[in-house]
Amino acid sequence: MRGAWRVGSVFVVGAVVVLAGAGCGGGGQDPTVVRASWGDPQNPVEPANTTDVQGGKVLDLAFRGLKRYNPRTAVAENMVAESVESSDARNFTVKLKRGWTFSNGEKVTARSFVDAWNYGALVTNRQQGAPFFSYVEGYGDVHPEGAGEKPAAQTMRGLRVRDELTFTVRLNQKFGLWPDMLGYNAFLPLPRMFFTDHDAWLAKPVGNGPYAVQSYAKGGVMRLRRWDGYPGPDRAENGGVDLQVYTDSDTAYTDLMAGNLDLVDDVPAPQLKHVQKDLGGRYINQPAGIIQTLSFPMYDAKWSKAGVEKVRRGISMAVNRPAITRQIFRGTRTPATDWSAMALGEHGGYQAGLCGAACTYDPAGARKLVAEGGGIPGGSMKVTYNADTGSHKLWVDALCNSVNKALGRHVCDGAPVGTFADYRTKVTGKKMSGPYRAGWQMDYPLIQTFVQSQYFTGASSNDSGWSNKEFDRLVSRANAESEQRQVNETYHRAERILAREMPAIPLWYQNGSGGYGERVENVALNPFSVPVYGQIRIKG
Amino acid sequence: MGRYVIRRLLQMVPVFVGATFLIFVMVYALGDPVAALSGDRAPDPATAAQIRRELHLDQPLWQQYLHYMGQIFTGNFGTTFDGQQVLDKMGTAFPVTLRLTAVAVVAEIVVGVTLGVLGGLRRGRLLDSGVLVLTLIVVSVPTFVSGYVLQYLLGVKWAWVSPAVALGAPLDELLLPGCVLALVSLAYVTRLTRTSIAENARADYVRTAVAKGLPRRRIVVRHLLRNSLIPVVTFIGADIGTLMGGAVVTERIFNVHGVGYELYQGIVRQNSPTVVGFVTVLVIVFLLANLIVDLLYAVLDPRIRYA
Repeated sequence: MRGAWRVGSVFVVGAVVVLAGAGCGGGGQDPTVVRASWGDPQNPVEPANTTDVQGGKVLDLAFRGLKRYNPRTAVAENMVAESVESSDARNFTVKLKRGWTFSNGEKVTARSFVDAWNYGALVTNRQQGAPFFSYVEGYGDVHPEGAGEKPAAQTMRGLRVRDELTFTVRLNQKFGLWPDMLGYNAFLPLPRMFFTDHDAWLAKPVGNGPYAVQSYAKGGVMRLRRWDGYPGPDRAENGGVDLQVYTDSDTAYTDLMAGNLDLVDDVPAPQLKHVQKDLGGRYINQPAGIIQTLSFPMYDAKWSKAGVEKVRRGISMAVNRPAITRQIFRGTRTPATDWSAMALGEHGGYQAGLCGAACTYDPAGARKLVAEGGGIPGGSMKVTYNADTGSHKLWVDALCNSVNKALGRHVCDGAPVGTFADYRTKVTGKKMSGPYRAGWQMDYPLIQTFVQSQYFTGASSNDSGWSNKEFDRLVSRANAESEQRQVNETYHRAERILAREMPAIPLWYQNGSGGYGERVENVALNPFSVPVYGQIRIKG
Repeated sequence: MGRYVIRRLLQMVPVFVGATFLIFVMVYALGDPVAALSGDRAPDPATAAQIRRELHLDQPLWQQYLHYMGQIFTGNFGTTFDGQQVLDKMGTAFPVTLRLTAVAVVAEIVVGVTLGVLGGLRRGRLLDSGVLVLTLIVVSVPTFVSGYVLQYLLGVKWAWVSPAVALGAPLDELLLPGCVLALVSLAYVTRLTRTSIAENARADYVRTAVAKGLPRRRIVVRHLLRNSLIPVVTFIGADIGTLMGGAVVTERIFNVHGVGYELYQGIVRQNSPTVVGFVTVLVIVFLLANLIVDLLYAVLDPRIRYA
């Protein structure tokens, strides 16, 4: 008899205990603060260790480097740097402006930069962005190539502090446009505290930007507030930014609709259909420095033997880019006509139309070229992609459909790989037997980041293993130039070789998309698809 | 009883070892986590090698497993790639999911058992058929449909609740996600209770109790319900484990930073320490929940004895 009551009370007591454990959330919201969506950064938010957009947002808010890329034009402009000069494109003298400090009061000096760069390059600190320092003389000593090798030195000998506000950099090769790299996150300065109390710094990063980190709950929210002592020219126009981690971009979008969030910088694909109705003029869709391509396994003899370049060009002509970008991507992609990205701007080296007829939809021409090249190697091909992120299946199927229709035969199918990690393992392990999807996001607004990194012989991200002497010669020559115009022209000549050989088919340039609420205005994305938080204004 | 518990606990050891090893193998088969660390860019080989060495990824699988198990027994669940302690992540995620599960289970018990009792006592009447139709509808609608629909209606259209749960997951905001999570199981609980009650209502002991002249309330609650709850308790016990680990969909929809979300993130990001750690704890939760269910049988039915 008593048993029944016991059972009942077990449930009730259990429920009460658990329910009582719940705390109260919420609290007052500062009306001058912008509430923005965020994702958990992949790595700790150290400057040289941040290669993803999410960590990049924090660095853009809380740090300023020697240079900063103009949020509209992507041109590198001096920020902390007074000047970066060289007479021979190899030895650079960096002079800093007076008056810059970190938000904890420490002065920004030449040492703040040199120490940060040495930290970033040292292999034992395992920073993802270490290769950005590879042009500095002595990089090989602190970052030996072989796995497991001990570094021969702790600092790069190419870096020398001259006085409080001056340091010199010696490169290991000529690279005239090297100063334009300096707006990248890896080159940011760091306060002493980063080295002396690393854990405390990670818990609450201290920088020299227009915002200071107020609190950081990992995996939850980072609260940044305007730093009133900020000496730079681009002071924040709002009281602060709360970066809130959302489990899903759909949820963030819903919260924006409900008025609980002011800004999302990733409108999920299923919402694109009705985004105009939901947001009207508060929907942002603008070019970002990202290109998607279809790469060929040039290490596979059947794809690389002479004559097959015609097949590769033919496949490119069989892809109806305008139709796919319109119907699948609803205008959030732009058909590509070169191997860089529109957002790079002509100043940075973008030039429309370099791919020429090979990137124009022409079913008859495609059929003819593929036939001349001996047909699709092996009779048919599989386009490999990773199925876990980015809804690649949709466009790969559309692309194959377009190719099959144009060639009049069923030759193309999609081949999904379960996870991105598995996919990348196969790509870098050179285990592809047919074309595969590839994407590239620019790190700094120079054409070099697109063209050299992916197609130069032996370059770190030349996954297709393509190699061409004439192309390599042109790229090396371009890098030694010091005039941007000449650099770009030489790179364009190199790109024409890509158009002829087609080791990778340019598909489309990706846009950054976002939406904002009725409470804020003056919202835009920069060419790296990061919102320009500092200029957002609260209405009223 | 004590010996029974000890025997069951000992039986858990091989299950635990086997389950964790399988997880380890599966996560390992997902591909090289370091290859995905820097997106479409190939990771720098020297840096990648450094990371592999520090995470012991350069050793054979069985050595990694031994090393990992050794770590677990000293209370160290490893460090994720973004430099957080897996233990810290658990410390924030499990309480949140526990609260969500509690809301769901309470909803299941209160609504499910009540509807089941009412349906079972009025077998074949309008109320019973009504509950049957309702449960059929609820069972056939997947969580991601009911979740998004309720979120849109209650959160955006009518603005009664916040569509996304705030950080820290306060209990009042968990009511909607908890109910969404409970929906499918709630229907099962209702059906189970209803069948069980309907069956036992015709049993001899109930007729005896009625003949003795006991008040109806007492017959239903003490005699009928107590005997009818055994299958329901079994189901709810197993369900607690499922709810804790299977809240992936609900947690993503409602922005609940709990176990399901961490697991999902861990898999997408190839953060193997997170995945293995969380699943290991879930395995333990499952095993203990099963043990508690078995012990509850004895409380419900004095005829059951454990030796």
